[in-house]
Amino acid sequence: MKLTVGPNQFFWKADDWSAFYDDLAQAPVDHVSLGEVVCSKRLPFFQDRIPDAISALQAAGKTVALTSLALVTLKRERKMTAELAEMGVEVEVNDLTALAHLPDGMAFSVGPLVNVYNESTLRWLAGRGATRICLPPELPLESIATLAVAAREAGADVEVWGFGRVPLAISGRCYHARLHARPKDNCQFACEDDPDGLPVLTRDGQPFLAMNGVQTLSDSHACMALQAGALAQAGVTSLRLSPQTGDFGRVCTLFRGLLDGRLAGADVVAALHADNEEMRLSDGFVRGARGADWSGAVPA
Amino acid sequence: MEIVCPAGTPASLRAAVKAGAHTVYCGFADETNARNFPGLNFDRTEMREGIAFAHKHGAKVLIAINTFPRAGAEAIWHAAISDAASSGADAVILADLGLLDYAAQNHPELRRHLSVQAAAANADMINFYASTFGVKRVVLPRVLSVPEIAAINAETEVETEVFVFGGLCVMAEGRCSLSSYATGKSPNMNGVCSPPSHVDYREDAGVLEARLGGYLIHSAAKGEAAPYPTLCKGAFTAGGKSGYLFEDPVSLNAEQLIPQLHKAGVTALKIEGRQRSASYVAQVVQNFRAAVDALAEGRPMPAGMLAQLSEGQAGTTGAYRKIWR
Repeated sequence: MKLTVGPNQFFWKADDWSAFYDDLAQAPVDHVSLGEVVCSKRLPFFQDRIPDAISALQAAGKTVALTSLALVTLKRERKMTAELAEMGVEVEVNDLTALAHLPDGMAFSVGPLVNVYNESTLRWLAGRGATRICLPPELPLESIATLAVAAREAGADVEVWGFGRVPLAISGRCYHARLHARPKDNCQFACEDDPDGLPVLTRDGQPFLAMNGVQTLSDSHACMALQAGALAQAGVTSLRLSPQTGDFGRVCTLFRGLLDGRLAGADVVAALHADNEEMRLSDGFVRGARGADWSGAVPA
Repeated sequence: MEIVCPAGTPASLRAAVKAGAHTVYCGFADETNARNFPGLNFDRTEMREGIAFAHKHGAKVLIAINTFPRAGAEAIWHAAISDAASSGADAVILADLGLLDYAAQNHPELRRHLSVQAAAANADMINFYASTFGVKRVVLPRVLSVPEIAAINAETEVETEVFVFGGLCVMAEGRCSLSSYATGKSPNMNGVCSPPSHVDYREDAGVLEARLGGYLIHSAAKGEAAPYPTLCKGAFTAGGKSGYLFEDPVSLNAEQLIPQLHKAGVTALKIEGRQRSASYVAQVVQNFRAAVDALAEGRPMPAGMLAQLSEGQAGTTGAYRKIWR
């Protein structure tokens, strides 16, 4: 199996953003999708850094794609999305607006925010030029297996959300701005102080979700360390790791070790917990009663 | 303007038609529609009879087949499309790419509407669905302001339908798995959100706590309103602040915006609530029919007519006013 790193979902300072991709060039991953997926207002802060990051990643032998926004409503967002096709890099479609602008026959990736729930949809996208499809994170293993068969027949790679807080919802409303009692148009970048999202707790103190501007994520980090064997057997061809702060290169190395058979799933889980004992893990969407469930032991 | 009304049962369908609905939408009693609740929706015979009744009274029937077909089980959704066609439905409301393609290929004569679950939020995407799958109408996601809706209508030939009353999704529809994260059941896969099967009420020291999938969503002291624990309308804490961080327990009421929506080029006004009773549906339909008739005849809008029917008491105009964001 291969490793993909998805676009950073959070709002980082431009220097932090550049440093992340400089480091990532050295990490043992195969494919990187980058750009802004959550909020168009963030893009101007690091847009000029994107070409250098692409060059560095490509020079290190990785394939690269540019993501579309997850929800396109404004005129400038439509323009941005239309221009993606002209950047000379593969496009990762995370909203079908991007597909509307891709010339017929141009190869593209499909990100986890496009609804690919069944074989007909997968085949239709592959017929339109999709060569790599990251499935929606809420799919169970049985669906993943059925879709992996269809993907192989259609000549597309199929990817599963492998590690990181799960994108659960996107909205027209900015929750960070709402929390700070600011209108969205004058948000003053309320999300900039939460580089991994702002934890949302229930009123009795249970960690539940994470707020990230117009996006809502899970509190738990999805982690396929204990499911990698089953996913490989199902025909999944890559795992997607989602950027976060801390030693992300180590996350990549751990999963590379897992996929190469040098580390067991439990070793990866133990190492992740040793690095961050606060972090809650989940794999329930793939194999559980609900998304928040975790199949492994919970650290004391 | 066309009033599009919900019908969860044959009784609601007849009530809506008699109350003046131009159009009724409903679904089959299975996982193919996004209101897959126990005791709700239509079997095949009820659907045929319901459509015949509506047609006899000059009303149309749209069938929502708007969940995302389950991998390995697409035949259930394909059968729903075929049965919609053979029952004489005036259109099907679809969200899934593969299903739109199936319908366009196999039942090209059956009119296709794009469900709100497809979250088509701009003219490029709407025109893409029109040119690719022959979609004639789009139900717009509840993330757009009235000026944005007007701008969309200026750039597309596709008819637009907007929600004006009932439950309000805060998230872009069809793009939300909050419910399956907490309960394992989601709108996209199961046609349910925050399902009652996963709700647990507990009373402790006079406070009624409502949990969903074990997560505390609401607590209400005695005498306080205790709204249904819909996940995105719960009270939570973040950054040291507590409250309704995503949305208050409100429902949508855009009746006052009907003239503006008309001016924005909207074809049809949609009422949410297939889970509601026949008498509720009839009351809402009568009010909205009176409003659009007044508009057509140049009379002033009847004001505040539906406030008492709103869930959780409070109403909002949602994203239609930009400040909501």
